[in-house]
Amino acid sequence: MLPKWFTAWNKENPTNVYGPATLVGVLGGAIFVAVMVVVWGQPAATSSLQTGPRGIGMAITKFDNELGTPDPDIARVEENEPYTPDGSEALAKDIYKNVQVLGDVTEDNFNRVMAAMTEWVAPDQGCAYCHGDGDIETYGEDLLYTKVVARRMIEMTQNINEGWDGHVNANKQVGVTCMTCHRGQNVPSDIWFKIDPVNEATAGWPAVQNRVTPLSQYTSLPSNALEAYLLNYERIGVHDLESRVKNAPGDPLIQQTERTYSLMNYFANSLGKNCVLCHNTRAFYDPEQVTPQWSTASQGISMVQELNNDYLVPLIDVLPEDRLGTLHGDAPKLGCKTCHKGYQQPLQGLNVIKDWPELATTGAPVYD
Amino acid sequence: MVELVVRIANLAKSNRDVIMLEYQNIFTQVQVRGPAEMGIDNENNMSAERIGKPGFSWLAGWVGNAQLGPVYLGWTGMIGLATGMLWFNIVGLNMLAQVGWSIPEFLRQFFWLALEPPGPEWGLRMPPLNEGGWYIISSLFLLVSVSTWWLRSYLLAQQHKMGKHVAWAFAAALWLFLVLGLFRPILMGSWSEAVPYGIFPHLDWTTAFSIRYGNLYYNPFHALSIVFLYGSVLLFAMHGATILAVTRFGGDRELEQIYDRGTASERAALFWRWTMGFNATMEGIHRWAWWFAVLCPITGGIGILLTGTVVDNWFIWAQEHNFAPMYDGSYGYESYGSYEAFVGQEN
Repeated sequence: MLPKWFTAWNKENPTNVYGPATLVGVLGGAIFVAVMVVVWGQPAATSSLQTGPRGIGMAITKFDNELGTPDPDIARVEENEPYTPDGSEALAKDIYKNVQVLGDVTEDNFNRVMAAMTEWVAPDQGCAYCHGDGDIETYGEDLLYTKVVARRMIEMTQNINEGWDGHVNANKQVGVTCMTCHRGQNVPSDIWFKIDPVNEATAGWPAVQNRVTPLSQYTSLPSNALEAYLLNYERIGVHDLESRVKNAPGDPLIQQTERTYSLMNYFANSLGKNCVLCHNTRAFYDPEQVTPQWSTASQGISMVQELNNDYLVPLIDVLPEDRLGTLHGDAPKLGCKTCHKGYQQPLQGLNVIKDWPELATTGAPVYD
Repeated sequence: MVELVVRIANLAKSNRDVIMLEYQNIFTQVQVRGPAEMGIDNENNMSAERIGKPGFSWLAGWVGNAQLGPVYLGWTGMIGLATGMLWFNIVGLNMLAQVGWSIPEFLRQFFWLALEPPGPEWGLRMPPLNEGGWYIISSLFLLVSVSTWWLRSYLLAQQHKMGKHVAWAFAAALWLFLVLGLFRPILMGSWSEAVPYGIFPHLDWTTAFSIRYGNLYYNPFHALSIVFLYGSVLLFAMHGATILAVTRFGGDRELEQIYDRGTASERAALFWRWTMGFNATMEGIHRWAWWFAVLCPITGGIGILLTGTVVDNWFIWAQEHNFAPMYDGSYGYESYGSYEAFVGQEN
């Protein structure tokens, strides 16, 4: 292919081309990468949100491309303005049978809420998911468990918006509706069931840890942290508040600390954040060094404890077997992630309650 | 009889000093092969109890002596190895039992699995096997194992009429090990204070231990231990680099340089004295290294032993002793930027 004189010349004049070629390649590659970074920008750029005093690394760092993408579920929340009543309208409790909640709502607004709940919770099954296949005359009957559960969940939503205002509206009016957790699914994602013991052939503390599970956040920490702290009201603090104290029986030990650490991992993953959103990690427990988010989060813990114990666990009498835990047949329970789903504020702080005064209070709705 | 095994390519480089080249490498490129070196003997009958037919390994020769064996086992070695294997197998079989004797699950979960100490409710009593009993039994074997292995290092040095520096350095590591698994649990009155035998679980224990006692970074003995740990790394790098840098003047023959100081020692000493005003000596640098290494676990062990027994919250202790600073003024949250701006909802 090549002319003879060329091959011959090369044979007579052997030259090491690999050295210069490597040099040119490495240098050229470096220049190319440098030019690309300057022209196109850093491909993995990050931004930080400061959470504490300067110079101690209290910051949340995220990739810019992640921050630039809003929570896709925000687009699913539709505007739906309430009908402002003039006082002459008939109320739902006077028109329909067996209206135990939302009875003080006008007919138009009642039907508006019902239609929205269908979109939030059962978009595929429609009204029939709770009211059955009968015609409208039968809608007052409580034949399906879904209707009984839905009624309890409306009460829970009203209680969250009214009683836990300090948590859900900590920074601004946000509120919660069915959509906050359900996102168009019959059963919300990120609920949890009891899974311990996770290890065979052992008992006590070793039986509830050292296994890859979603509840341990894939660590080897205990898998029963949510059960202990978000259901059974166990004490979360693990520190002594003096430098030297005599430990009493029942004081928290390494084991409780590991379990708390498991809970804190769950917390961080639920919010897509890290420890320093709430804590100065040099003294986790110190109330003088925590951030404002710490008190919001503390209220959140109390809220979840109440919701699990007063609303969700009692549903075990109503729910069919296929809605219960596969291992222990326990009722489904919620946690931070059920609402937050990886965001510091659910739906990135979208005000979901503004169109739904009916769900914002346990009393008669206030329209303004 | 002696045959030089040489990688020809490395000798073929023209007009360069081949020997110099060899010294500049991490990997030894010239390996000596001859009859196996059986070692010295003395009135202690040292060679009588050596076992195993010596062999040679090209790979071992890259980074050290190519000859493998013979080995002195002795009663200490036999007991140490046997009890160590018992500990290893008890831990492994317990892990296997925890995953229902499933080998695939054992491999998948291996880094997460552990043999845990007894729960706090057992104090210093002996719990049932499945609630920490196996942990106590295996720990007893491990204790016998490391103790006899230490004795082995001591007795072998004695037979060789060596100093006992290796044994005492090993004892420093055992001090930390015994504080963690024996002394501190006894002082705390509970075996549940001991460290679990597992890859991730022992790391979780470490984190939890620090958090429980108010942040171990404020424990001054922990701080000292870190100083000696990183200090050891620094000294090792400085010494290794210095010796390699003067091998061309014979500096790698450190012993000769100690009693008959040559230009290698002079240059190495001058280099450091002119760099930072002070230099160690050819012998003294090894005392520096030895002390830094042993002080790391010794100070660390003291720090662990004091934790929970004497001091229960190191951060508060550090504040009481003006060791942890407080921040001046307000935290200034109003100027940190809002969540809304962070997630791109406003500018």
